[in-house]
Amino acid sequence: MTIARHIKHRGGTLWLAALVHRLSGLALAIFLPLHFLVLALALHRAAQLDAFLRWTDQPLVKLAEALLVFLLIVHLLGGVRVLVIENFDWRDGQKRLATLAATVSAIVAFIFLVRVF
Amino acid sequence: MLLWRIRTLNWNACLWQLSMDARVKPAHDEWNSAWARVDCAQIAASKPLTENRMPEAPTELSVSLWRGGVEGRYETYRVPRRDSQTVLDVVTYVQRHIDPTLSYRFACRVGMCGSCAMTVNGRPRWTCRTHVAKVAGSGRLEIGPLANLPVIKDLATDMAPFFEKWREAKGAFAPSRTRADAIPRIRPDSPARLAADAAVECINCGVCYAACDTVRWNAAYLGPAALNRAWTLINDERDAGNVARLQAVAATGGCHACHSHQSCQEHCPLSLNPTASIAGLKRRTALAYLKGELKP
Ligand code: HEM
Ligand code: SF4
Ligand code: SF4
Ligand code: FES
Repeated sequence: MTIARHIKHRGGTLWLAALVHRLSGLALAIFLPLHFLVLALALHRAAQLDAFLRWTDQPLVKLAEALLVFLLIVHLLGGVRVLVIENFDWRDGQKRLATLAATVSAIVAFIFLVRVF
Repeated sequence: MLLWRIRTLNWNACLWQLSMDARVKPAHDEWNSAWARVDCAQIAASKPLTENRMPEAPTELSVSLWRGGVEGRYETYRVPRRDSQTVLDVVTYVQRHIDPTLSYRFACRVGMCGSCAMTVNGRPRWTCRTHVAKVAGSGRLEIGPLANLPVIKDLATDMAPFFEKWREAKGAFAPSRTRADAIPRIRPDSPARLAADAAVECINCGVCYAACDTVRWNAAYLGPAALNRAWTLINDERDAGNVARLQAVAATGGCHACHSHQSCQEHCPLSLNPTASIAGLKRRTALAYLKGELKP
């Protein structure tokens, strides 16, 4: 057997925050071009845009949109937290700040969900 | 070896720390001789489990130890549970009573030399100051060599890359005066002294290095301990090597490779905060670059 030093120390709050930041960053990078594509439809192909907007009325799509809102805000707040660490004096309570960022993002995404339904 | 032990004591115990120059640990060969089979007084002295312990506390531990090099396997041993037993006591018990060929490394047994770090139930830890009661509630221990470093044999890793990076980060003091000069006075409450104080107690255990995902992904990354050390010297008003040091820590694999994940500070047994030190380096190198003191 080759040594696989099982790393169980992953999964702490801050490790998860870094994971969420990476995944949300990637998700946003994939989503943004599509978003601009749809916006471009508004300029030239109004009929297609209308059809697309009708498609987005489906509950599942709305749910996915709420998830995107969550990812955007959690990435924004997580990114700001990291930038503050790196550019200003150290402040303790990073775990609490990361949890707070996730909570705020979840609340905003939930409000978004309630409003689109 | 003795000299080094004495240095280590000084190193951690007093404020002379900043004045010590060769802060890089001795060569690997010399280091190996620290695999001394010192009698484990703690084990001999500790009482066997007494009746007044919690009744459900196990009287025996099931201990899986990594045996072999990169290729090997975990082997399980039964070790008596004792009061105030440390993880290092457990490993020492196996070597002294079950299999004398077990290789592992320790020297001081009191959390000063930084040689005893291993992976304990999946987490990098200093074993001499990790109580079994804290990590093995279930009576099971899995102990392997430290991650992110080459395995020599069993529980011993090759620390050479770790110390090599310490050197690359210009972790040695560069004196600005000779012994003939007066000792400079440094105000204990000056911001630079406070910043150095916060980071200086590092014992080079490699726990942060094993915990850091960036070290795992990026072979060139200097790692939290070496960068933390560079930060103490950058704040040492008597050091004359900061131009080269800033250049070294700003290069590829330096401080800007760090993602501020903070695994290093979560695991550092001395509760140091390499993340904060590295953030300091990021700011200091950026400033030096803007002032034109650093070449890109
Ligand atoms: C809304 C404001 C944003 C802020 C404040 C922000 C901040 C950050 C920061 C500080 C990092 C570096 C994290 C690290 O060192 O590991 C980062 C990484 C990243 N960001 Fe953003 N970002 C924002 C928006 C976006 C957007 C819109 C996208 C999508 C195009 C994006 C995609 C990414 C990706 C892919 C990464 C790399 C993730 C990683 O290496 O773990 N970000 N972001
Ligand atoms: S903060 Fe930097 S050095 Fe510390 S674990 Fe994260 S990447 Fe590694
Ligand atoms: S910073 Fe902490 S964890 Fe890292 S080598 Fe130094 S003492 Fe060990
Ligand atoms: S044996 Fe010296 S720190 Fe553990």
